[in-house]
Amino acid sequence: MPEPVLQVDGLRKEYGSLVAVDGVGFTVPEGGSLAIVGESGSGKTTVAKMIVGLERPSGGTIRACGRDRSTPARSARDRRRRGREVQIVFQDPYTSLDPRQTMEQAIDEVLRMHHGWPPKRRKERISQLADLVGLDARQTRALPRVLSGGQRQRVAIARALAAEPRVLILDESVAALDVSIQAQVLNLLADIRDETAISFVVISHDLAVVRQLTEQIVVMWRGKLVERGETAEVLDHPQEDYTKLLRASVPRPGWKPERRISVAAG
Amino acid sequence: MSVGAGLATGAWRRYRAGRQRRVSPLLIISAAVIVAATFVAIAGPLLAPYNPDLPNLSQYFVGSTPDHLLGYDAQGRDVLSRLLVGARTSMIGPLGVTLICMTLGALLAVTAAWRGGAYDAVISSGLDIVFAFPGILLAVLASAVFGAGLVAPVLALSVAYTPYVARVLRGAALRERAQPYIAALEVQGASATAICMRHLIPNMLHLIIAQATTLFGYAMVDLAAISYLGLGIQPPAADWGVMVSENQQGIIQGFATPSLAAGLCIVVVVVAFNILGERLYERGEARR
Amino acid sequence: MNRGVVFRGGAPLLEVDNLSVRLAVEGSMRAVLHDVSLAIRPGEALGLVGESGSGKSMTARAIDRLLPPGAAVTGSIRFGGRDVMTLSGADLKRFRGEVAMIFQDPRAHTNPVRRIGDFMTEALRTNAGVPMDEAARRAVALLKSVGIEDGERRLRQYPHELSGGLLQRVMIATALLTQPRLLLADEPTTALDVTTQAEVLAILDNLRSELRLAMLFITHNLELAAAICDRTVVMYAGQVVEVRESSKLHDQPLHPYTAALAAARPSIDATAHRLTAITGRPLSAFEAPAEACAFTARCPHAADVCRQRRPALVELDGGLTRCARATELFGRLKVELHA
Repeated sequence: MPEPVLQVDGLRKEYGSLVAVDGVGFTVPEGGSLAIVGESGSGKTTVAKMIVGLERPSGGTIRACGRDRSTPARSARDRRRRGREVQIVFQDPYTSLDPRQTMEQAIDEVLRMHHGWPPKRRKERISQLADLVGLDARQTRALPRVLSGGQRQRVAIARALAAEPRVLILDESVAALDVSIQAQVLNLLADIRDETAISFVVISHDLAVVRQLTEQIVVMWRGKLVERGETAEVLDHPQEDYTKLLRASVPRPGWKPERRISVAAG
Repeated sequence: MSVGAGLATGAWRRYRAGRQRRVSPLLIISAAVIVAATFVAIAGPLLAPYNPDLPNLSQYFVGSTPDHLLGYDAQGRDVLSRLLVGARTSMIGPLGVTLICMTLGALLAVTAAWRGGAYDAVISSGLDIVFAFPGILLAVLASAVFGAGLVAPVLALSVAYTPYVARVLRGAALRERAQPYIAALEVQGASATAICMRHLIPNMLHLIIAQATTLFGYAMVDLAAISYLGLGIQPPAADWGVMVSENQQGIIQGFATPSLAAGLCIVVVVVAFNILGERLYERGEARR
Repeated sequence: MNRGVVFRGGAPLLEVDNLSVRLAVEGSMRAVLHDVSLAIRPGEALGLVGESGSGKSMTARAIDRLLPPGAAVTGSIRFGGRDVMTLSGADLKRFRGEVAMIFQDPRAHTNPVRRIGDFMTEALRTNAGVPMDEAARRAVALLKSVGIEDGERRLRQYPHELSGGLLQRVMIATALLTQPRLLLADEPTTALDVTTQAEVLAILDNLRSELRLAMLFITHNLELAAAICDRTVVMYAGQVVEVRESSKLHDQPLHPYTAALAAARPSIDATAHRLTAITGRPLSAFEAPAEACAFTARCPHAADVCRQRRPALVELDGGLTRCARATELFGRLKVELHA
């Protein structure tokens, strides 16, 4: 069986006495799509940060593309290589782009970092990426402040893809978008997956988005992994109490919010 | 970051940003003053109608005449010429302080903000200690120890001002560092130096420039005060601070022009720099 | 006047008629709301749904007299029969006590250096002249009703000591202290976890029925509005495009935009191969054409009649819709889940 493109075992993160992530493990097969679902304080974003190297694990292992990345990269070459393995798209389109760079400049910088290509080839690649994410030439030469939230997210996706990663982490990447724009970006992500056989890790609190984009799911609560399985199965037939609660809290026609015994936790 | 915040506040953001667009006349005037002062600092000796150093004691404190618009000073020298020539030393000192401070301050601020942890703690504490020393005091001390001239007070003021600059820039650097686009570059594998030089600092540039202009103003006042006290630039050099001091007698005697004219030059340039700094910062912020 | 007033007797508590608002932006006046009309009965929950630029927040601000200076307002807003726009002095004070507003981000609307007890009781103390200990007592009682048991302790705390969900509950309690008749809720649960959201909405529901409190619930989430509100108003490009009983909204939407919005959402029950995305992006009021339907460029059912003039709001099947082809399309706009 081919090695999974991402494998996490016993991952742990402590901040002093606070345990943000407690023994989390999962695998993502090549071309697969995994959702990490949870609410605030679940630790799902911390897991994402550890996988891309923005946080250092307190324990456990992370393997991506067959190589261990549980400890920080030791050389510039290592860092760049890891950038070509796993990339990330953040939530807020308004702060995830350098306000002083056009899309063209941002992607050119990434291409120069990873490949020693001549300018002509870089230009072609930028054009290809723009096509892939649905932006025209005028938009690639515009500064972020004249672009809408949806357009900026497309730029962020293109920038992540410029490194040609095998795993793309989407950290609440559509949460800040209007519903109609969200649909466009979700379709775009599905198209990208079809065309490039890239694997996704989708971090989200939105169960409908997760159902649309993923086949596998893990549910986190207060740092621990409480349920895992196939997305459709877990959402249709949740086994754990927390998953049931999560499922039951999603508004839909005919839904009536219910009060639980309130915990006045600060 | 609250989910959906972009939806609700995007319209407000665009509305607020749009309101800053017009260029204020005050900004243009300030910029003009600074350009004029710089020009005079460079070309002063060529512009001066008379020899600024030639004393003529028979003309002691004579008031304004048609060919000596600002009159004569305590030593019978043409006030206007001395002002024009004095611009050079009056501006060069603050320039030196500004360049040294901004470079040192930015370096300390950005490295402390980037590395964080113990490194940041040590630098911040060190800066806090230096903070305790008022600039003028250090400058006086330095002049007393190392003698007259511009070098000692400039270096002393640079040391005294650096913590001020570093603290402000560190705050901005920390804010910028926390932005996702910096994280995105780290994930791409860019080195810390590349990120700081090509992204972090350029995005703080409007603040750095604004700080520099404000600093220039403070340095100018402090250095003028040093010269006034008889340290730093010495008479008979034509320096605005020196001119205020050596012509003080004139105020009591009814010939306020020489002293006040020099003082006014200082005030006008400092205010112009302050306004410029403020407006540049606001415009920079609105652009984001 | 068409406001989608459908059932039950009783005079409306809030009547907004032909409200148009323009704001001064970059030296010129830009339209943000055009011809908005709605009505809320006492005790009724009205949902207001829209995307960016729809004008939903502006509508609430207009009602609560929170528009920025220099805003040009035409049309009328009447609360309890009185014209809101001309209120001043004691009348305005009383109005502020009767209409409360809660916002999406409670932290942006609280002063971090004031204790919770301070700002909770402020309105009672300054506007109604209630003495401090009586005001505090009422505050504690209201905190209890929003599920915060140790009210006395909470009154002494500062906002940063509370989590987002807890603080939002405090804001709800604060809003209810003056016993308002209308609650304007601008995306009150958008920034909360979905489980906390369910909790907070349940609390609101209970309190509303106890106090016979009317509510304008603003959200970008169509399913949410439809689930908790009696009627839902859908806005696009600063205009009202549909008013409908929530129970019929999903199955029989009257306006193509509503149908498209519902179809664009992924479903939690099934995976679609691709979502039916609307092309283009949501328009703001000032970008909308003056002589055509604002949704024309993105509408799958656009026809020539849509490009000729701005459609008026017409009644249909107990609701209202701003679509020139409404009667034709009625019944054919059912939400398609699978593309």
